[in-house]
Amino acid sequence: MPAPIVEVKDLTKRFGEFTAVDGIAFDVQPGEILGLLGPNGAGKTTTIQMLLGLITPTAGSIRMFGLDLTTHREQILQQVNFSSTYISMPYSLTVEENLWVVAKLYGMADVRRRIDEVLKKVEMEDSRTKVTRRLSSGQMTRLALAKAFLTEPKVLLLDEPTASLDPDIAHKIRALLKEVRRSSGLSILYTSHNMREMEEMSDRIIFLQKGRIVAQGTAQEITQRFGQRDLEDVFLKLARES
Amino acid sequence: MKLHRVNALVQRHLFLYRRSLPRLMEIFYWPFLDLVVWGFITVYLMKFQGQMPGVVTFFLGALILWDVLFRAQQGITISFLEEIWARNLMNLFASPLTPGEFLTATMVLSVFKVTAVACVMAVCALVFYDYNVFMIGLSLVPFVFNLIIAGWIIGVLTTSIIMRFGQEAEVLAWGMVFLFQPISCVFYPIEILPKWLQAIAWGNPAAHIFEGMRLVLTTSAFPGEHLVWATGLNVLYFALIVGWFHYTFNVCKEQGLLVRVGE
Repeated sequence: MPAPIVEVKDLTKRFGEFTAVDGIAFDVQPGEILGLLGPNGAGKTTTIQMLLGLITPTAGSIRMFGLDLTTHREQILQQVNFSSTYISMPYSLTVEENLWVVAKLYGMADVRRRIDEVLKKVEMEDSRTKVTRRLSSGQMTRLALAKAFLTEPKVLLLDEPTASLDPDIAHKIRALLKEVRRSSGLSILYTSHNMREMEEMSDRIIFLQKGRIVAQGTAQEITQRFGQRDLEDVFLKLARES
Repeated sequence: MKLHRVNALVQRHLFLYRRSLPRLMEIFYWPFLDLVVWGFITVYLMKFQGQMPGVVTFFLGALILWDVLFRAQQGITISFLEEIWARNLMNLFASPLTPGEFLTATMVLSVFKVTAVACVMAVCALVFYDYNVFMIGLSLVPFVFNLIIAGWIIGVLTTSIIMRFGQEAEVLAWGMVFLFQPISCVFYPIEILPKWLQAIAWGNPAAHIFEGMRLVLTTSAFPGEHLVWATGLNVLYFALIVGWFHYTFNVCKEQGLLVRVGE
C-alpha cells in the first residue's frame, strides 16, 4: 500500500468550551476520494479549514506528502487547492482575471493555456471576459472549481462543491471530478449533504458527529453496519439520535 | 518571500481599479475636494499675509503631505477590506501566500496610491493656486518617504484590529489615522500643544516630519535632527507593528477568526 498523501492524527479543535473537532484520525491515499459526511456542526468544514492552514488545531497533527503542515505550509499548500460554496472570488474582476491572479499566486507558467483548459473543462469558455458579478450562482460554483483545477493540485478539498448547481451541471461536475481523478491521480476530500452524491463519488466515507468519527468505510459497509437501506437513512438515524 | 505572489496580489487590485469608478474617486475626487476647500481657506488667510508669512506654503504643503500619510495608510487597510468585501481572504490564505507577502503587496499598492494622489494634488495646487509643492526642495524626498512608512504603520495597525474584531471595526479604516492627527502637528507647530501632549507628539514620527517641513520653509535649513528622529521612530514602530500583525494573524487562526472575518 502506498504512503498516504494526507495523514491526520488526533486532530482536535476547541473554541473555548466548545469542541468542534475531537481527536479524529484518518488518511487519504493517492487517487482516493474520501467523503466527509455529517450533520451541520459535525466538524467537517473546520476539519477542511485546518487542512488548509486557515485554522490552527488545538492538538494533533496534519501531514501531507510526508510533510508537517505547521512547518511546511508553503510547500504543502502549493500542491493543494479547494473549492467551497461558502467563499467567492472578487466580483469586479473578470473570470479570466480572477484565474490569472490565482495562477500567479501559485507561480504557474503558461497561464493562458491553463486557463483555456480549465474553462473548457467547466464549460465556461464563453464567460472568459465576463465580470464575475454577472455570473449565475451555478457559474460562480463552476468558476470556484475552475480555480481549484487550475493549479493542478495533488490534493483537492471540496466543501459542498455542487450545493448550488442544478442536477445537470452537478452531474457534469461529478463526472469531471472522476475523470480528473482518473487521469491525474488526484486525491479528493469531499463534503456534501447529498447522500446519493456521496455514495456515487466516495471510495470511502467518514461519518462525523459532534466532532468525532462515528463510522467509516465504504457506503455499503456503513449502511450494513447500521442496518439501514442507504446512506440517507444512516444519516437520519445518527442525526436524530444525537 | 516570493515576488510572483506579491505581483499577483498587486495585479489583482490594479485590475479592480481599472474598472471601478468609486475606487478611482478615492484617488481623484477626494484629494481634489480636500485641496479646493483648504485652498480657499488659504486664499482667505493670505489676506493676513503680513502677520502670517508663508501661509500658503504651510497650509497647502501640509495638506498634500497629510494626504500622503492618509493614502499610505488607506492603501494598506482598504486593500485588506477589499478582500473581506470580496470574501476572498480564504482563497488567499489557503494558497501559499504568506502574511509577509500579503503585507508587502499592500505596501506596494499604497505606494501606487500615494504617487497617484500626490500627483493629482500637486498638479491641482499648481493650476488653481499657483503653488508648487516642490519648491520645498529636495529635503522633501526623505520626509515623504518617512511619511509613507508612518502611514504603513498606522495601516498595518488598523488592519490587525479589523482582522481581530471583524467588519464591525472597519470604520477604523477611515477614522484611525485622525486619531494621530492632533499629535502629528500637521497644520500647527508642536509648541502649540500642552506640555504633556508635546511629550507624546515627539514620539510620533509624523510630528517630526511636519516640524521638519516647517523648519525648511522658515529657515531653509535642512532639518537633519527631525529626519533622524522620524526615521529612527519609523524603523522601531515598523518592526513592532509587523511583529504585531503576525501575532494577530496567528491568534486569528487559533480562534478561527480568519475564516469568519467577513461575516
